[in-house]
Amino acid sequence: MTAPLLTVDQLRIEAARTAAVVVDDVSFAIERGEFLAVVGESGSGKTAAARAILGLLPPGLRRVGGAIRLDGEDLAEIAPRRMRALRGRSVGMVFQEPMVSLNPAISVGAQMAEGLALHERLTRAEIRQRCLDMLARVQIRDPARTFDAYPHEFSGGMRQRIMLASVMLLKPKLLLADEPTTALDTLSQREVLDLMVELARDHGTAVMLITHNLGLVSRYAQRAVVLRQGKLVETGSVRQILSAPREAYTRQLVDALPRRSSASGRRVAGDPLISVRGLKVSFGGRQRLFRRDADVAAVNGVDLEIGAGETVAVVGGSGSGKTTLGRAMLRLIPAAGGEIRFQGRDVIGTRDRAFRLASQLVFQDPYSSLDPRMRVGEIVAEPLRHVPELSSRERDRRVAGMLEEVGLAGFAQRWPHELSGGQRQRIAIARAIVRHPSFVVADEPVSALDMTIQAQVLKLFERLQAQYGFACLFISHDLAAVEQVADRVVVMQAGRIVEQGSRDDVFDRPQHEYTRALLAATPVLDLAGQAAARVSG
Amino acid sequence: MKSRINTLIGGALIALLLGTAATAAFWTPFDPLRINLKARLQAPSLLHWFGTDEFGRDVLSRLMAGAAASVVVALATVLIAVSIGVLVGGIAGYLRGWTDRIIMAVNDALLAFPGILLALAVMIVIGANKTGLVLALGLAYIPSVARVVRGTVLSIREKEYIEASRVIGNSELYSMLRHVLPNAIAPVAVLATSMFGWVLLAESALSFLGLGVPPPAPTWGNMLAASRPYMETAAWLSIAPGLCIALTLLGINLLGDSLRDRLDPRMAHG
Repeated sequence: MTAPLLTVDQLRIEAARTAAVVVDDVSFAIERGEFLAVVGESGSGKTAAARAILGLLPPGLRRVGGAIRLDGEDLAEIAPRRMRALRGRSVGMVFQEPMVSLNPAISVGAQMAEGLALHERLTRAEIRQRCLDMLARVQIRDPARTFDAYPHEFSGGMRQRIMLASVMLLKPKLLLADEPTTALDTLSQREVLDLMVELARDHGTAVMLITHNLGLVSRYAQRAVVLRQGKLVETGSVRQILSAPREAYTRQLVDALPRRSSASGRRVAGDPLISVRGLKVSFGGRQRLFRRDADVAAVNGVDLEIGAGETVAVVGGSGSGKTTLGRAMLRLIPAAGGEIRFQGRDVIGTRDRAFRLASQLVFQDPYSSLDPRMRVGEIVAEPLRHVPELSSRERDRRVAGMLEEVGLAGFAQRWPHELSGGQRQRIAIARAIVRHPSFVVADEPVSALDMTIQAQVLKLFERLQAQYGFACLFISHDLAAVEQVADRVVVMQAGRIVEQGSRDDVFDRPQHEYTRALLAATPVLDLAGQAAARVSG
Repeated sequence: MKSRINTLIGGALIALLLGTAATAAFWTPFDPLRINLKARLQAPSLLHWFGTDEFGRDVLSRLMAGAAASVVVALATVLIAVSIGVLVGGIAGYLRGWTDRIIMAVNDALLAFPGILLALAVMIVIGANKTGLVLALGLAYIPSVARVVRGTVLSIREKEYIEASRVIGNSELYSMLRHVLPNAIAPVAVLATSMFGWVLLAESALSFLGLGVPPPAPTWGNMLAASRPYMETAAWLSIAPGLCIALTLLGINLLGDSLRDRLDPRMAHG
């Protein structure tokens, strides 16, 4: 029985100014080579706990109690110099945002080499060779070119692989991964995490994966720690936690995973509400010094029909054109070709006011979709400006009713910044529905929210849809959410629809290879109790 | 807590300035223009709190009268620069494309001149008086406001709440006035307060060069300018107006910061 690699003992972190407890007497341990998941929603203190291990708490937070032992060495007591020697060398960290965690002004190679140069005595040629080997190891196509390239030339998934490569170069004993794939689409998420597991196994590295995604936990982790509001809720093997959670909160988390609703195939007979034929949208190519690159077709010949009251989900990885399709259908982006008919009328050539007033959009990011200088009541009331027949009293009543509808009665005088992400998204939904539109585009409406909040917002959305009967284009890369709300599913890849059909057909009998890959990459919980990934077809 | 003290100090300084300027309109201890050669270059005393200048005029009275002139010039200048700058920058940022390129090309050309130099040229055309001074300085400061406003508008118009406003069916103009401009106010407020300070200094500098408000009417700038030959023998002549300018700048900056925080609902409760 050897001692665990890392033990965290009664860790306590407080906000320096308000003395609010962020992490409250949390204890856990990680064995050598083990894959531990730390699960929790925003505010659970999971990130603070991980950062405390490296002594990298953000300003304003401080550790006020508890011990953190790595290989028997108390990290709280050691000198800053020793801590710097441990960072990278013994404990590596991968961050959530691949877009900002690499320095844009330094080449990939130079950033990878930094760690090696700092912690090991190697010649430049040796460093370069090790970096190239590692880049090849994380399946970067052209390591030599990548080594000299700059971060902006890579997609989020590629950057996260580069990040992973540079951290694993030093063969740390412990890898802290803070929501490493939350910003990535399903396919890249799978690739990055699979690589992480392989590399960790090769080097005997223990992994602490911080996540809110129970699907990932069930697929990759051996043990899990569940945190809530800074307190340890439950710890144990992943199988036990997911199949037989002891605590009410853990059960709530498991239950919050989207499930397929039984009612499906709400296929509405008659003419479609909206029909799209051969829709094309292209963006101007990049302006180079003397020439302009060829236009890029983001949406390339899409045919789609949506019936009144029907929910059609558009799924696909990043860059598949699904967001562009939604924007183009709302006439927010000009179409390069094709036609869009709303109730039989062409809405591309003419500026169809009726269509503008009958269609709405719910955004992905509830933090930037609400004007920070308007009160909640004003935000929800704004669409009613264009309903002139409403008296101001009727308008106030409609707004109050709508706020009640989304569970935020009495919030009219609040400011957006006073609300949580879930509450903001409810406000955004209220704003979209208040004018009783017949068509709503929902662009990843829950992907920025916590799991339990996601479940609530999806339910709310379904209820409102049943009540007001609007048709919905539900754009998402999260197949689990799609499975819950969609009547029909459209799969997009590189600007084209590769498969479409009823939800059950697409999920149970996928025809196209890309659809199968997407489904295989989606981590799901087996409801029979055994945690497992969906077997790829 | 700290910000409340700052607000208080800033507010007190500015209140003192405005009060002084208002008082000077109908009362000063002595006539600021009356020359008394028998009492020239007297050190501060109970009779003349800040002493007298080379013509025996009471420095305190002249400072009070100068406060009014300086405040009027600075306020009017900032008003001109901000209103035209916001208009021009807002149009450039919202319309983008060729409008933006042309406006910004002219703007950057103006920005390339030192503000004082530009004001000098304008003053020579319009003439050295208060109106000329205000127009010249106002024009000189438009480009920096326009730049800041354009940049802010460019970033705000990409925000999703602007797209939301379009989806609602609001016109471009309405979105601009209701959503973009209010959110672009914070940097303009900061710029306007610091500009108030620059204008006070620029007015002093122009007066120093003999292009400000023409003598014998006092401004802090021309008093400072006139004190130069007596710096060693009658230091109070430089110290008094210098101190006035410095304290006013301090007050404006403190007040500007707290004003910006107060304008932002996200900071108001923090």
